[in-house]
Amino acid sequence: MKTRTADIAVIGGGAAGLTAAARCAAAGKKTLLIERLSRPGGVLQQCIHSGFGIHRFNEELTGPEYAHRVLTQAEEAGAEILLNATVMQIDGTGEVKTLTVYSRDEGVLLIRARAVILAMGCRERCRGNLGIPGERTAGIFNAGLAQKLINEQGLLPGTRAVIAGSGDIGLIMARRLSWCGVKVACVIEIMPYPAGLSRNIAQCLEDFDIPLLLSHTLTGIYGKKRVEYVTIAPLVNGVPDLAQEKKITCDTILFSVGLVPENELSRACGIELDPVTNGPRVDSSLMTNIPGIFSCGNVLHVHDLVDFVSDEADRAADSAVAWAAGERPGEAAITVKAGKNLRYTVPHRAEAGKTNHFYMRASTVMDKAELRVTSPEGRIIFSKKLRYVKPAEMISAAFPCPEESTYTFTLENC
Amino acid sequence: MEKFKKICINCPAGCHLEIEKEGDAITVRGNSCPRGIAYARQEVTDPRRVVTAVVAADAPERLFIPVKTTAPVPMAEIPELLKKLFSMRVALPVHPGDVLLKDHPSTEITVVATGTGK
Amino acid sequence: MSIIYDAAIIGGGVCGAAAAYRLSRYDVKTILLEKESDVSFGVSKANSGIVHGGFHYSAQRTLKGRLEIRGNLMYDQWHQELDFAFKRCGILIAAFKPEQMEEIRRLYEQGVENNVPGIELCTRERMLALEPKLSETVCGGLHAPGGGVVEPYSLVFSLAEAAQLNGVELKTRFKTVSAVNTGDYWEIGSESGEKVQARYVINAAGLFADEVSKVFGGEEFVISPRKGEEYLLDRLSPARPEKVIFPVPDEHTKGVLVIPTAGGTTMIGPTAQITGDKTDNATTDLNKKSIFALAKNMVSGVSEKDLITSFSGSRPVIEGKEDFLIQISDKAPRFIQCAGIQSPGLTSAPAIAELLCQLLQEAGLFLQEKTTPFILPEKVPAIREVTAEEADKLFQKDPAWTHIICRCEKVSEAEIRLAIRKGHTTLDGVKLATRAGMGRCQSGFCSLEIMKLIAEETGTPLAEIIKRESAGTIVTGCLGGEKK
Repeated sequence: MKTRTADIAVIGGGAAGLTAAARCAAAGKKTLLIERLSRPGGVLQQCIHSGFGIHRFNEELTGPEYAHRVLTQAEEAGAEILLNATVMQIDGTGEVKTLTVYSRDEGVLLIRARAVILAMGCRERCRGNLGIPGERTAGIFNAGLAQKLINEQGLLPGTRAVIAGSGDIGLIMARRLSWCGVKVACVIEIMPYPAGLSRNIAQCLEDFDIPLLLSHTLTGIYGKKRVEYVTIAPLVNGVPDLAQEKKITCDTILFSVGLVPENELSRACGIELDPVTNGPRVDSSLMTNIPGIFSCGNVLHVHDLVDFVSDEADRAADSAVAWAAGERPGEAAITVKAGKNLRYTVPHRAEAGKTNHFYMRASTVMDKAELRVTSPEGRIIFSKKLRYVKPAEMISAAFPCPEESTYTFTLENC
Repeated sequence: MEKFKKICINCPAGCHLEIEKEGDAITVRGNSCPRGIAYARQEVTDPRRVVTAVVAADAPERLFIPVKTTAPVPMAEIPELLKKLFSMRVALPVHPGDVLLKDHPSTEITVVATGTGK
Repeated sequence: MSIIYDAAIIGGGVCGAAAAYRLSRYDVKTILLEKESDVSFGVSKANSGIVHGGFHYSAQRTLKGRLEIRGNLMYDQWHQELDFAFKRCGILIAAFKPEQMEEIRRLYEQGVENNVPGIELCTRERMLALEPKLSETVCGGLHAPGGGVVEPYSLVFSLAEAAQLNGVELKTRFKTVSAVNTGDYWEIGSESGEKVQARYVINAAGLFADEVSKVFGGEEFVISPRKGEEYLLDRLSPARPEKVIFPVPDEHTKGVLVIPTAGGTTMIGPTAQITGDKTDNATTDLNKKSIFALAKNMVSGVSEKDLITSFSGSRPVIEGKEDFLIQISDKAPRFIQCAGIQSPGLTSAPAIAELLCQLLQEAGLFLQEKTTPFILPEKVPAIREVTAEEADKLFQKDPAWTHIICRCEKVSEAEIRLAIRKGHTTLDGVKLATRAGMGRCQSGFCSLEIMKLIAEETGTPLAEIIKRESAGTIVTGCLGGEKK
C-alpha cells in the first residue's frame, strides 16, 4: 500500500470537484483530486446539449465544453487528478485526514490531507426507489443512463418512450429522443407544476408537441420481454384516481424523478446529514460537523445550474485553503432555518459579522414573492423581491450578517 | 394583430414573453433583457435552435464525438441536418472547436466538435 | 454418433443444480438442460433466501418436513465446499397477541418432535434480548438458532460451476419441448430443434414441471404458481435485524418476514397469491402497502424511504397438493419427478439431491464414486469484504481488483470479468453473480460499464447485450438506424 500526502484532497471530479481543485491548486496548495470514472467531468460529459456557463463564463457552453474549461483550469493550476480511483473510507478524526482509495493504477492508496472537500455529486432516484408496481423487463431506464447510452455510445434505448418526471434531465432527454427518431408519447409529472426549467419546457417539449401531463402518476409498468405499456392515472386530492387510469403503449420508460446526493461515504465517517437536502449540514464556510471536511455541489444539495455549483465550489475551496494554512473560521453561531414556503436553506449555520451566501429552494410556485430573513424577535434582517418562485429554481441571497441566535428565511406573497 | 406567448430560452431565467405582431411591427413584454426582444422577434418570424448531437468517429473502437451548431439553425432544417450528422464518420483526432460540417443543408450552418469523445 | 448421457436433468434451478453437483461425484455422464441463458433464473432467483428452522412442518407426516430437517443440516458441508453467501443467523417467530402463543407452542412441540437442535420457547424479554430490532409490542415467540439465510442465486451458480468442473455438461437456452423413448434412452428435443440423448431424466423444471412431465408422458398434475412479492431495503437501513423474523403463520403461508439477507441488505415479504400465470412477475401497489405495514408492525425501523427495489417470484405449487412430488415416475420409464418444490425447497435442496440420486439408483442407474479427485471451485473474494491490505495483494495479481465498477455494492472489475468468464453473460446474470447493479442506484451508474465488460469479454456488440434471456436486449438499436 502506498501513502500519498496533500494539503487538500478533493473527492469527485465533476463540476464541483474540478472547480474546487482548480481554485485550491491556484492558491498554491498541493491538491489531489480522486475521480472514480476513467475521465473527469462527471455528468457534464454526457450533457452534450448547450446551456451551461452563462453566469460563470458569460457564454452558452455544452456540458463537455464546460467540463473542458474547468478541467483545463485544474490542470493548469497544478492539481493532480487520479482517475479510476474510488474512495472507500474517510478517517476524519485528527488534524490530518486519511482517505483509503482503491485505484486501478496504484492499488490501495492511503491519502493523507489537511483538508478534504466532498464533491461526490448525486445519483438519480430510480423506479425501484419509488416502488412503481409492475414487471422488471428490459426498457426501464433512469434518464441519465439513457442519456449516457445515446450520447456516449450512440445506442438507442427504445423506439417509443414515456418519460416519468419533468426534471431537467427528463425534459432534455425528451428532446434528445425526438431528435434521434425515438417517439416520446408523453411526459408525466406528479406535481401540478413542472420540475424543470421553463425554457426546457419550451424547447424540449413544446417544440416537439410532446404532451406534459401534470398531476399524473405512473401506476404500473408492464410487458413480458420488454416494456409493452405503462399505466398512468391523474391524482385527485393527492391519490391516483384509478377509475381514470389509462394505458400508454411504449417500449421504454425513462425516470427523471429526482436526484439524491451520494453521501454514503460521508455518513460512514460520521458526517451529519440534513434529512431534507440529504446533504451534509454545513456552516457558512461549507464545513461539515467534522472539522477540516468541506462540501460543495450536488453532494451538498441538488443544484439547478452548474454555474452555481462552481460558485459554491469556489467558496468551499477558499475555506479549505484557509483551513490547510492553519486558519480557523469564526464560530458560525447563527442557526439558519427554512420557514414558510421554503423547503431548505444551505448553509445551516452562519457566521455573524461577515457576508454569508445562502442557497434555498421554494416548496411551492409563487408569482411574485419576497424573500425575508427575520430574527427571533421578528426584525427583518434582509429582504429581496423575486419575480417568479419555483421549486425547480434555486434562490440565492448574500448579505452581511448581524449577530442573532437564529435567522428564519421565508417567502411572503407580495 | 397576432398575439403569442413564448418562453425565452436564452438563459435559465426563462422569461415569459408576451408578443404582439402586426405586420412588421412586433412589440414584446415580459423580457428582462434585450436578448428577450431579439429572441421574440426571431421566434415569431423564423424560429431557430442550436442543435447538438454526437457523430461517430471513423475508428475501430466505438467512439462518439459531441458536436453543436455554431449558431441557431432554422427549425425546418434540423431533421435534414441530424440525418447527415448520424450518417457521418469523422476521422480522428478531433479537438473541441474543430469544424466537422459546413453548409448542410443550408449555407449558414457550421457544426463543430465540443469534445473529443474520450 | 452423439453422446448418450446417463442422466439429463431438466431445469437449472436449485434442485437441478444440486442434483447435478451430487451426480458429478459419480462415474456417470450428466447433462443439465436449462431454458434460460443462465442457471437460477426461475424460481430460484426470486425467493426469500431462507434456510428454514425445521418446525413449520412435521418430519413424520410430510416429505417436505423430512427433507427440510435433513437439508438444513447439510448446508454446512455445502458452505465449506462451495462459494456462496450463507449465514446461520437464527430464526424467530414473533407473537404479537397472547392468543397466538398457542400456535407458537404447537410449532415448538413440532420442532421438538422433529429433533430441531436448540429450539427454544421464548418470553417477551427473551425475544427482545435475542433481537433488539423487534417491536416492543412482541409478547413472546419461538427461536430456532439453526435457521438462517442464503443467497439463492450465488448458491445455484456455485453448484452449477462445481458440477461443471467435475464433468457435468450445462446446456443453456435449451427449452425441452419433446421426448421420445427409444427403449434404451430418451431423445429430448429443444424448441430450437437440438437433440440430447439420455438414459435417465430428472424433471426439475420448477414452474414448468407439469409441462415437462406431459412431454415425457409422466404423471399428470398442474403447477399452480403462487406469487410472492418481496421488497428490498438499502444496506444502511436501520431495520436490518440480526435474525430472520417471522410472524405466526396462518394456514396458507408463513407470512411476511423481515429478513437480514445473506447479501447484507434487508428484505421484507413475501405475499402469497395464486395467479394462474407462470410468467406474471408483476408487483402491485396494494401488496407493497400491506407488506410494509406488516413488516413495520414487527420492526419499527422499516421505512419506504429505504426501498431500493422490489420483485416477485412464484412458488411452483402442485394443485391440490401442498407437498413435494419426488418419485420415480409410475408412468414414464427412467423418469424421476422432482416437482412442486415450493417452500422449503431451498432448505431441502441438499437432501432433495441426495434423494434424487437414491431414486436414480433404484430406477437402475449404477452410481459409483469416481476415483479421480473431486474438484471444488476456487472461492472468489468479494472486494467489499476484504481488508485494504488484502485488496492491495489482489491488486498485485490483477489491477482490476482495485477498480470499483459498482459503487453502491462495491464490486470490482475483476469480479465482474470472472463472472462473465464463468458464463454469466447477461446484465442480470452479472448482477446476480457479483451483486453489481443490485444496490441503491439499481445499476443507473454501472450498467453501461458492465455492458462494455460483457462486450469485451464475449465479443457481443453492445447493442445485442441482453438483460436476461426472458427479457430483451437493453437497447433497441443505434443512432441513424445503423444495424445492431
